[in-house]
Amino acid sequence: MNRPTITTVLSSTVEATDIKTLTFQSPGEVKPGQFFMVWIPGVDEIPMSVSQITNNVIGITFRDIGDATHALYQIKKGDQIGIRGPYGNGFTLTGKHLLFVGGGTGIGMLAPLVEQARKNNLSATVILGVKTKDQLFFQDRFQQTGASVLVSTDDGSKGYKGFASELAKDIIKKESIDAVYTCGPEQMMSTLLSFCSTIPFQASLERYMKCAIGICGQCCIGSGLRVCVDGPIFDGQSLKKIDDFGIYRRDAAGRKILF
Amino acid sequence: MLASGIMDEDAGGMQRMIDCGAGAIVTKSIGTQPREGYANPTVIELDHGILNAMGLPNPGIDLYGEEIKKLRTNKVPIIGSIYAADADEFASLALKMQRFGANAVELNVSCPHAQHYGLEVGCDPVLLHDIVSSVKNHVTFPVFVKVSPNIMNLVEIVQSIENAGADAIVAINTVKAMTIDLETARPLLANKTGGYSGKAIKPIGVRCVFDIAQAVDIPIIGVGGITTGEDAVEYFMAGASAVQIGSAVYYRGPDVFTSICEEIKTWMKNHEYTTIPELIGAALR
Repeated sequence: MNRPTITTVLSSTVEATDIKTLTFQSPGEVKPGQFFMVWIPGVDEIPMSVSQITNNVIGITFRDIGDATHALYQIKKGDQIGIRGPYGNGFTLTGKHLLFVGGGTGIGMLAPLVEQARKNNLSATVILGVKTKDQLFFQDRFQQTGASVLVSTDDGSKGYKGFASELAKDIIKKESIDAVYTCGPEQMMSTLLSFCSTIPFQASLERYMKCAIGICGQCCIGSGLRVCVDGPIFDGQSLKKIDDFGIYRRDAAGRKILF
Repeated sequence: MLASGIMDEDAGGMQRMIDCGAGAIVTKSIGTQPREGYANPTVIELDHGILNAMGLPNPGIDLYGEEIKKLRTNKVPIIGSIYAADADEFASLALKMQRFGANAVELNVSCPHAQHYGLEVGCDPVLLHDIVSSVKNHVTFPVFVKVSPNIMNLVEIVQSIENAGADAIVAINTVKAMTIDLETARPLLANKTGGYSGKAIKPIGVRCVFDIAQAVDIPIIGVGGITTGEDAVEYFMAGASAVQIGSAVYYRGPDVFTSICEEIKTWMKNHEYTTIPELIGAALR
């Protein structure tokens, strides 16, 4: 039933400056790339991709950036939130040598996918792109999977100085990459797609959502694709046909907001 | 046809419903200014229906006009739904809808969860007469009026709408309702109360259409809980000439339009009806 179920927060962990992970008991089977609608009673209900899928425990990782995430940031172990889901299609792993590119908090939801890829003995190169080193998180967790982990910072405070998409461009040139998986700022993902003309590509999109069950139309992109039901993961072929991709999103009123 | 408020945020969503077999599209309700609507939760599924309090979110008529213009190449009629607080605003919105290329307008005087709008306008027969007359004086395309089941004076209201010159009545909008989360003792919808749609409200809609059909001569468009072809047939028998589909897009997916049309045909064949007019108002005869 698509209504929030109250659940107790099992842990609240600070990952980096203004970035936290909350965990709660899994309501059932969840795939990497899927999301939950998280209800903060009295505040808001927002979509959150899963950043942890282990031992019947689900995690969400977010930055304290708006009213809802600010309220979520104050939530402590033992507090109650409402969840409904999981929603969306999730990622599909394909190929043997995979490149994962995470930008900002988009890094979080790639973690369970990389863990699954490594469990399946697939080779993984991971790029973690952040503005500055204080915002970096999950580096140890990615390294523990045996993936090759690279860091890029916009200000050069750690690792490669520049955008994650530029670092990815170098790797795509040098290495034989079978598929690219990404989550982060849409312009980063759009730039990355332009480097992947023949390489299978999957990106996780974020849009303002209301119903999350495919009827209200709020999160529609391109020719009526619903990010909540038909996504949030879209492949490169589909994204190339979507005029909105990397250009604009819609606010609560439905006005176009340029990225 | 597609009911207002479903998959109608932008031209892409509405085009998909057209491609899935919708015979006409009713847009989301549009006002003069952009409006963000309520915070989430705005949509909650219940055992036998869907509860929502969106709060009339829309980008305003001028921006939404761009979406309507993109749909003009279709043969399928586009019906612009509009909401306003008085006759002048309704007339100005209707005129803009006509200029953008909409083929008809549906006046939302029945939304149960927006202060100063919707139902607050739609339960006053004098104000409604004024609004409908004013809109009719400003536009040349058909004017539909969507009424609420949440009123005691339904017959008086629809007669007032007919007398003012409306071309059709659309019935019904959602039923005012709420749900409470027991663990937190809080209403689940951010707006606390909202409108109930889906399977549970079909008998309420059928009753309203049946009563309206006996009170007016203009056509009725039935809406409320139609999920299958048989549901549509029931509305036809109550007096509806056409039907709209909303929540069933959730229950059965976007292909629901084609499925329901096929089911109507099959039912008619099995019951030796050859045309829809034979069904319309069958329960009134």
